[in-house]
Amino acid sequence: MAANTGTQPGAAASGRVSSPLAAPGGNGQRATGNGRQPVISVSGLTKRYGEVEAVRGIDFEVARGETFGFLGPNGAGKTTTIKILCTLANATDGTAQVAGHDTATERDAVRRNIGLVFQDTTLDTYLTAEQNLRFHAELYGVPKPAVQPRMRQVMDMVGLWDRKDSLVSTFSGGMQRRLEIARGLLHAPHVLFLDEPTVGLDPQTRSSIWKYINDLKQREDITIFLTTHYMDEAENCDRIAIIDHGKIVAIDTPEALKASVGKDRVQIHTADDPAAIAALASTFGIEAAVREGAVTFSVSSGEQFVPRLFSEFSVPIRSVSVSRPSLDDVFMSYTGSTIRDAEASGTDAMRQMVQRFRGRR
Amino acid sequence: MATQTTDLTPAPGPAVLIEEIRVAVPERGLRHDLRAVIIIWRRELIRFRTDRLRAITALVQPVLFLFVLGTGLSALAGRSLPPGVDFKTFIYPGVLAMSVLFTAIFSAASIVWDREFGFLREILVAPVGRASIVIGKCLGGATIATFQGVIFLVLAGLAHVPYNPLLILTLIGELLLLSFTLTAFGVMMAARIKQFQAFMALTQMLVMPLFFLSGALYPLNGLPTWLTVLTRIDPLTYVVGPMRQAVFTHLSLPAAVDAKLAPAISWGGWQVPLWLSLGIVAVMGLGMMSVAIAEFRKTE
Repeated sequence: MAANTGTQPGAAASGRVSSPLAAPGGNGQRATGNGRQPVISVSGLTKRYGEVEAVRGIDFEVARGETFGFLGPNGAGKTTTIKILCTLANATDGTAQVAGHDTATERDAVRRNIGLVFQDTTLDTYLTAEQNLRFHAELYGVPKPAVQPRMRQVMDMVGLWDRKDSLVSTFSGGMQRRLEIARGLLHAPHVLFLDEPTVGLDPQTRSSIWKYINDLKQREDITIFLTTHYMDEAENCDRIAIIDHGKIVAIDTPEALKASVGKDRVQIHTADDPAAIAALASTFGIEAAVREGAVTFSVSSGEQFVPRLFSEFSVPIRSVSVSRPSLDDVFMSYTGSTIRDAEASGTDAMRQMVQRFRGRR
Repeated sequence: MATQTTDLTPAPGPAVLIEEIRVAVPERGLRHDLRAVIIIWRRELIRFRTDRLRAITALVQPVLFLFVLGTGLSALAGRSLPPGVDFKTFIYPGVLAMSVLFTAIFSAASIVWDREFGFLREILVAPVGRASIVIGKCLGGATIATFQGVIFLVLAGLAHVPYNPLLILTLIGELLLLSFTLTAFGVMMAARIKQFQAFMALTQMLVMPLFFLSGALYPLNGLPTWLTVLTRIDPLTYVVGPMRQAVFTHLSLPAAVDAKLAPAISWGGWQVPLWLSLGIVAVMGLGMMSVAIAEFRKTE
């Protein structure tokens, strides 16, 4: 429907017009809660490393089947949070439950239910792909008859079955990451943790990794928790928590976050601009003005407004473009700086160094 | 930017639903822990098998000690040896112990290596007891170090040590014990030391004194008191001694020669029996392994 509205050159964010269209329908199903038991629930979580407070009391819940993203600059506390959720670190204060088990007191139960893909590779590059997966299957006690078919299934999923006998050291960065995702899924976890799943990969490989992740959601009953500092990746999440300086500053669907920042900007090219401005005021009560040679106005959800515009508007329209506030705008409005600026600042660089040191375990 | 965003949207078309292979990870049990021990042990073997260069380089040092140092010194030391006894035969058991020393320590060093390269995390987040991880590692290191020793055992004939099946089996058993304790020592150190350089520096620093104080190159009787005390503290002594005794009992030499060159280890005149000697080594190995398990149970 509205995907056919046509676009004009210069409509920078027009590519987005088609994708958020799914949102109005999908929003309701994907939102948290729905009366279901949360798969991850965190309350008052705090982690201090000596003087440095990496995580400062965060609370959130993730519903079953949700793809939940932690968005923030390096050193904001994302990896520390993931490490606590994965039982690799103890919280200084607060509690975290994963798949119904406490991460501090029921470590093994948590470990059985989670899969992990870390920021830096955790494959044994001196073993073959298959040997790496077999190691994992044995370590997780995957029932013996299921090992072979399941290995094949997850390797097929990431397109590496034909390379199963190759040493991992011969794999490219993207292939290694794909193999890690396959390995993380081998024991059919309820929750998959992805810590910066595409960091350091080229754009093409990143998009293919996302294709696998999206395929995965179709195939397996799985909840995905990921951290990222790429805005465009956060768009793939059902909900995002923006984390900065160890605190969650905002948490909602990408759409709602963007809507909270401001309205969408709609630009229309018409045959008669003054008539269009008058009609907008009389039909919809919207104030419009000519900007950059087009009739420009703001509405709260542009993709819903455009169909109405077509059905109810009397002035012929030649083209429409809708641009939304980006997540960059969202991050900016909640933290007061862009994610790149936040990463460049000195204190964060320090914190990152501290994390590197602590992160070796 | 716009094109990239489009790339990242879900792939079009319906998802192909293939038959799901359902897997449920069982509750932890003895069988599961055993599988974990075995796979960690097997990984050591696979890596040893694929890394032939390591096996060859690890052979260089003992070969140098036995044939270069052994031959060179026999001109000097040979005079004080009874006729018919080669100096190389005398130092062979000690050099054999040395041949497993570095392999065992290096195998433990792979924990530090794995930590730096991330693989250790894969192991640490698995739902298995920390004990299984450490036991698997210690057994793996013990096995490959013993293999390394067996390679050196092939050269026994060149040092006039007979290929007697019983002797070979005894030596392999003692090597296994020694390798286990050395790996446990290495794993214990690796649990604490997080930097590879520091680990290597520290273990190298400890390994050479262990070797020199074990009586690998000289008999343990008639030494100055300070050296006697130090040799009795060195755990390696309690394996090298029994290994040399095993070799000499198969040489059919007069008992007096045996007593002079391969005496039982004594504590101030009291002779330490063989079982106690080997028991000390085993208990030390188990003790250090327990410390390593406790270290790995700690969480950040």
